[in-house]
Amino acid sequence: MGEPLIYEICRAGRKAVHLPDVDVPESPLPQDALRGELPLPEVSEIDLVRHYTRLSQLNHSIDTGFYPLGSCTMKYNPKVNEYAARMAGLANLHPLQDMDSIQGAMALMHNLQEMLAEIAGFAAVTLQPAAGAHGELTGVLIMRKYLYEKGETQRDVIIVPDSAHGTNPATTSMSGLKVVECPSAADGNVDLAALKALIAKHGDRLVGLMLTNPNTLGLFDENVAEVLQLVHEAGGLVYGDGANFNAILGIAKPGALGFDVMHYNLHKTFSTPHGGGGPGSGAVGVAAHLAEYLPGPIVARDEDGYFRWEMPAKSIGRVKAFWGNFGILVRAYTYIRMHGAAGLRAISENAVLNANYIQARLRGVYPIPHGDRTCMHEFVAQGKLDGAPTINTMDIAKRLMDYEFHPPTVYFPLIVPEAIMIEPTETESKETLDAFCDAMIQIAQEARETPELLKTAPHNSPVKRLDEVRAAKELQLCYAPGCS
Amino acid sequence: MDYIPNTDADRAEMLKVVGVETVADLFHDVPEQFRFPKLDLPPALTEMEMLQELQALADENDDLNHLACFLGAGAYNHFVPKVVDSIISRGEFYTAYTPYQPEISQGTLQAHFEYQSMITALTGMEVSNVSHYDGATAVAEAVIMALQVGRNKRCNVILSPTLNPQYRDVVHTYTQGMCVKTIGENAPLGDLNALADMCDKDAACVIVQNPDFLGRLYLPAEMQALADRVHGAGAMLIVACDPISLGLFTPPGHYGADVACGEAQPMGNSLSLGGPYVGFFAMKMGEVRKSAGRIVGQTVDVDEERGFNALAAAIYMAAMGKHGLKKAAELTYHKAHYAAKLVDALDDYAVKSDGPFFKEFVVQCPLPIAELNERLLNEWGIVGGYDLGADYPELKDHMLVCVTEMNSKVEIETLAEALAAIAAPASEDLEGQDESLGETEQSDIEEVA
Ligand SMILES: Cc1ncc(COP(=O)(O)O)c(C=O)c1O
Repeated sequence: MGEPLIYEICRAGRKAVHLPDVDVPESPLPQDALRGELPLPEVSEIDLVRHYTRLSQLNHSIDTGFYPLGSCTMKYNPKVNEYAARMAGLANLHPLQDMDSIQGAMALMHNLQEMLAEIAGFAAVTLQPAAGAHGELTGVLIMRKYLYEKGETQRDVIIVPDSAHGTNPATTSMSGLKVVECPSAADGNVDLAALKALIAKHGDRLVGLMLTNPNTLGLFDENVAEVLQLVHEAGGLVYGDGANFNAILGIAKPGALGFDVMHYNLHKTFSTPHGGGGPGSGAVGVAAHLAEYLPGPIVARDEDGYFRWEMPAKSIGRVKAFWGNFGILVRAYTYIRMHGAAGLRAISENAVLNANYIQARLRGVYPIPHGDRTCMHEFVAQGKLDGAPTINTMDIAKRLMDYEFHPPTVYFPLIVPEAIMIEPTETESKETLDAFCDAMIQIAQEARETPELLKTAPHNSPVKRLDEVRAAKELQLCYAPGCS
Repeated sequence: MDYIPNTDADRAEMLKVVGVETVADLFHDVPEQFRFPKLDLPPALTEMEMLQELQALADENDDLNHLACFLGAGAYNHFVPKVVDSIISRGEFYTAYTPYQPEISQGTLQAHFEYQSMITALTGMEVSNVSHYDGATAVAEAVIMALQVGRNKRCNVILSPTLNPQYRDVVHTYTQGMCVKTIGENAPLGDLNALADMCDKDAACVIVQNPDFLGRLYLPAEMQALADRVHGAGAMLIVACDPISLGLFTPPGHYGADVACGEAQPMGNSLSLGGPYVGFFAMKMGEVRKSAGRIVGQTVDVDEERGFNALAAAIYMAAMGKHGLKKAAELTYHKAHYAAKLVDALDDYAVKSDGPFFKEFVVQCPLPIAELNERLLNEWGIVGGYDLGADYPELKDHMLVCVTEMNSKVEIETLAEALAAIAAPASEDLEGQDESLGETEQSDIEEVA
C-alpha cells in the first residue's frame, strides 16, 4: 500500500497550527457572506510531517540519484543557494516596498541583468518571465511588436524547426502568429535548402525563426551563421531557445552569433532547483535594437548609483505581476558569482565532455543517429535493438529505474523514433557515468536474453508500471470527503 | 569555485575514450571566430566570500522582520508555519522535476493531487489544475480559456476596473495578438451592474476580483446576480480571489463562478520581493480539458507548473486546516477593522471603504502617499500602504492599507499614532519618534538577550 491521502489521515479536532486569540475589539462579521463548511484536513503536526516526508521518499531527485533527463539540465543544486534565497534581508521583502528600502535587492537584480547580458552577448535583459516557455512568449511578442512598429504588420509567420521543443510552436500560436515547420537535414543541422524555400515562400510575411542551438539532437548547428543570415536578409528576426545554454557558457555567445533575442532557463543552466516542476525563471536577453521592447519594469541604474524600476519605452507590457521570480534570481546570482568566467566555461566543457563520454561508451550498443558527430551537452540514442524486436524505449526507461537511475528524456525530440535523450551535466563524476553506461549495456543484453525483465519493469519502485492511458480516461481529479 | 567532481586524471581518461586530445577539440562545430569569447565578469568567489557579499546586499534592504507591514496590493504578509519551509526544503521534493516518470515521482504526484483536492475544497469548484506562474498569469490563462470556449467568436473581454491593475496589464500583454477587445476598465469602481450591462453576444467573459483590489467584499447575492446575467449572455464569469478570505467567506464556486483563480502566495509562500509565487486555478468540470497546466492523472496541454510553490500552498492548507485557516481569516478581519476604525477616527484621514471589506481598505490622506510612506518608514519603522493614485487618478492621495493576522495590536495603534503625528504640525513628531516600532522591538530583543 502506498501513502494514504492527507484526507485519509485526518481526524476531526486535530490541529497542527495554533494561532493567538484576537487581541483587538471584534467587529461584526457580514453574516450574508460567511461560508458554511470549510472542508480542509485536520491533522496533527507530526502526522503532517510524516506524511510529507514519506511522500518525498517516493520521489527520485537529484539529491538521491543520477537524473540524466535530456533538455532539462538536472545538475546539482548547491545548498548555499537555498540558504541565500531564504536570508531575511532578501526573502522577507514586499515587492511594492519603497525603492529606498530595497536597494540591495535591486542591485542584485541589476548585476544579474548585466552578467546574463555579458554571458550571452546581449545588450539588455529582463528578469520578469517565469519560465522558458514564458520567455518564449515574451520573445515572440517582442519580435512582432518590433516589426509592427516598423510598419511591417503583414508579417505573421514564424519558422520552427521540426526538432524544436513543443513550447516553441505553442507559444507562437498563443501570440497569434502562424507556425511553419522546417525539416532537419540528415546531418542534424537545419535543412538549408528547405529553409531557403520557406523563406522564399513566405517572403515579407516572415516574422522570423525560432532556433534551439545547440539543437535538441544535442548538436551545434555548423551552419548557424548562414541560417541567421538567411533570416535576417529576409527581414526576419531570430529567436534563440536557450534551453541548451549549458553547453556553450564561455564557448560561444548567441548574441555575437547574431541571435536577436533568447531566453535563459535559470533553472537549467544556472542550477536553480526544478522544484517538482517549477518555479523557474526565463529571463530574456535581446540585441540593442530590441532593448526598448522588453517587458518590465526592469532595474535601471542612475548615474549616482541609485537603482530604480523602469519600464522600457516601447515595452510589450508586463508578462507577470511584480518584477520576476526574485527568489530564483538570488540563487542564479549566487551561482554565477561563485563561478566567474573561468568557472562558467569549465561548466560547459565538463558538461560536453561527460556527454561525449557516455556517447562514446554507448556507441555500437544503441543506435545513435548522429553518433558520428561530437555532441554538445547531450545526445540522442534510440531504444531499438537488433535481436530484441519487442523492446522499446519505454521498456528500457522503466528498467533503468531498477538500477536506481532516473530515465533520460524519452520520445523527444519527435524526429527521432524511440528517442532516448541523455544529458548527464557537469556535476556527475566519471564513476556515476560509468555505472550508468554499465547499466545501459546490461539492459541491452537483457533485452535480447530476458525481455520480460524489461517488459515488467520497474520492479523496485513504489508503484508498478502505470497505465497512463487508463488514468486519462478515468479522470479522478480530486478527493475531498472531509474528516471522520 | 565549482561543483565539478571530475579531476584532471578523470578527464584525461575520458578524453581517451572519446578519442580527442583536448577538451577544446569538442567544440570545433562552433565557428572559429565566435569560439571561446572572453566573459567580462567579476572574479569568482568562494562560498565564504559569497555569504559575506550576500549579507552585505541583504543589509542594504529593510526587511519585514524589522518593520511593521501595512502593504498588500497583491502580495501578502500572512503567517507561514515553520513546518512548511521545513518540508519544502527536502531535496527529494525541490531537486525533482516534473513527474515525467510516474513510478518514481509518486511523492510529487500525490502532493499535487492533494493540492488540487484542497484548492477545490477551498474555492468550492469542481476541479483544479496544478498551478500557474502567479495570480496574474492565472487570470490571463483564464481569459484565454474563455476565448477558446467562445471559439474565438466572442472577442470582448470585460475587465473590472477593480481587478488588480497588474493582472489587467498581463491580460493586455497576453491578448495583444488576438481578436480581443478589452472593455470595462472605465466602468465606475465597484459597480458590478455596469459590467453586467456590457455582456452581450460578443462577450467571452467578465473578470472580477473578490475582495476587489480596493478591498471591497461583494456579497454572494451580488455575485450570484452578476453570474446570472453573465451566463444569460452566454459568457463566463472568472473570479480572482484571495485564498485566505475563503477561510471565512463564501467561495466563488457557491455563487456561480465558472473559474476561480488568483494568487496562492498568501498560503505558505514568502513575499520574496514578488516571486516565485503560484497562481491557483479551479473551474467547473466542463472546462477541464481546456485548462492549461497539468492535472494529475491526465496531461492537458502541458504548461509550466509551479510545483514547489504549489507544494508550499498544499502543506500550508493541510497545516492550517479547517480551523487554522478560518482563525487566520477571522484575526485578519478583526484587526483590519480595528485599524480602519482607529484611522477613520483621525482628524485628517478618512476611510473611504463603505461596503464590507476583508483585510484592505482605502484611506484618504492629507498629503501625498509617497511622502507619507517615506516618513512612516524612516521615522516609525512602518511600511505604509499602497499608493492608489498611480493606477486610479481619482484616488490621488489615497492609500490602500492592508492588515493581516501578523499585525499586532501595538503595531496597529502605532500606525494610527504615526499617521496622526505626520499630519500634525512639524513640532509634534519628535515626540512620536521615541515610541517608534523599531525602538520598541529593539528593547524587547535586548531584554530577552
Ligand atoms: C528545448 C526546450 N525549450 C523550451 C523548454 C521550455 O522551458 P520551460 O520548461 O522552462 O518552460 C524546454 C523545457 O524542457 C526545452 O527542453
